[in-house]
Amino acid sequence: MSLDISVRSTLGDFTLEASARLDGPLSVLVGPSGSGKSTLLNVIAGLTRPRTGKVTFGDDVWFDSERDLFVKPHLRRIGYVFQEGRLLPHLSVRSNLTYSSWFRRSTGPGPRLEEIVDLLGIGHLLDRSPRNLSGGERQRCALARALLATPSLLLMDEPLAALDETRREEVLPYIENVRDRYRIPIVYVTHSSEEAERLGDEIVTMKRGRIEKVERRVRG
Amino acid sequence: MPYLSPDETTAILLSLKIALVATLASLPMAIAIAWLLARRQFPGKALLNVLVHLPLVMPPVVTGYLLLIGFGRRGPFGEALEACCGVVLSFRWTGAALAAAVMSFPLTVRAIRLSLEAVDRKLEDAAATLGAAPVFVFLTVTLPLALPGVLAGAVIGFAKALGEFGATITFVSNIPGETQTIASAIYTATQTPGADATTLRLTLIAIVIAAGALALSEYFARRVTGGADRT
Repeated sequence: MSLDISVRSTLGDFTLEASARLDGPLSVLVGPSGSGKSTLLNVIAGLTRPRTGKVTFGDDVWFDSERDLFVKPHLRRIGYVFQEGRLLPHLSVRSNLTYSSWFRRSTGPGPRLEEIVDLLGIGHLLDRSPRNLSGGERQRCALARALLATPSLLLMDEPLAALDETRREEVLPYIENVRDRYRIPIVYVTHSSEEAERLGDEIVTMKRGRIEKVERRVRG
Repeated sequence: MPYLSPDETTAILLSLKIALVATLASLPMAIAIAWLLARRQFPGKALLNVLVHLPLVMPPVVTGYLLLIGFGRRGPFGEALEACCGVVLSFRWTGAALAAAVMSFPLTVRAIRLSLEAVDRKLEDAAATLGAAPVFVFLTVTLPLALPGVLAGAVIGFAKALGEFGATITFVSNIPGETQTIASAIYTATQTPGADATTLRLTLIAIVIAAGALALSEYFARRVTGGADRT
């Protein structure tokens, strides 16, 4: 992966001014709350349009204020796992998982539904409503849904933050599985240094809307 | 219906037909305008909001008169409609449907707008990251989540359309079998000596229909959650 970011954006009295090149394959954004981690992730996803700057992913330019270019999120081929899951409440778990296939053609032999469902252990949940899932189940379904969108970049915003210790331990191995098996580059936001240590190839520290340092490391 | 005269039955069925056509025909536009008011910022938004709500606060006879000069056979829109599509509105039941639609429009738009504002936009963002273009996000996420409010708006609009009187009688008069609705039939009965029984029967029917529609609308409105109760 090569994700080049150099953006500036102001929201109220918060200013995001971030420049970095992320090489992944799994880059972890860490920092105290309010440091701009989630905002940066939304900039990468295209859910937030920065005032000025440039975002490129590989050969694709996603945002370039000089050329007035902004690729909308639905055209960016990303997968996004939100902190609160955001499964669509009016659809079954199965329809949530297949939702992206209504809009996105698969780019070749991507992961199949059965395979992902097995990997994440959610086969027994397919016909349930998202309203009746535990936190851990919900996040596994959200991860499956993001993977089935055949993303070329996977964004995860504190996917374990809403879970208690036990549930975290339940979901974390699945995330490692996904990382090792599909080799999709991942940008992972967390405030837990434990998760950062365990998952990251690259640790990006943010503070007050700025990227303080990017640290490459050998996974332990 | 053994207790109703043929004229009364005709008025009731005609009222239902007019209100149904008015509601269904105006619903897509009500959804579009409610969406504009709930989600978009644009020049003239305040003006649009005022225009939509005017029929709610103007004397109905004014609305009826404006329809008459706009959509009457000599009116600019009326002439154009007759020339292009052979549709005549004045003194026809279709004109009554137009009057009912205009009068109920503000209520319908308000209910739909509230339910659209209640939809959790984070869910729309999530759909966008799954590849759904804005129009599909609207059709597969926003609209289904706002559906109870859309139904509540349609039902309250239907009830309002059924009871419309002032604009209707001004625009299309009170012709039995063509434009005489329950409301105008009651009016005629009150002006006719010895028609007290007719007045009373139609009044009771009007109350029952209105109360039923209100209850149904409340039922739908209570189910507006916009997806906010998700786990």
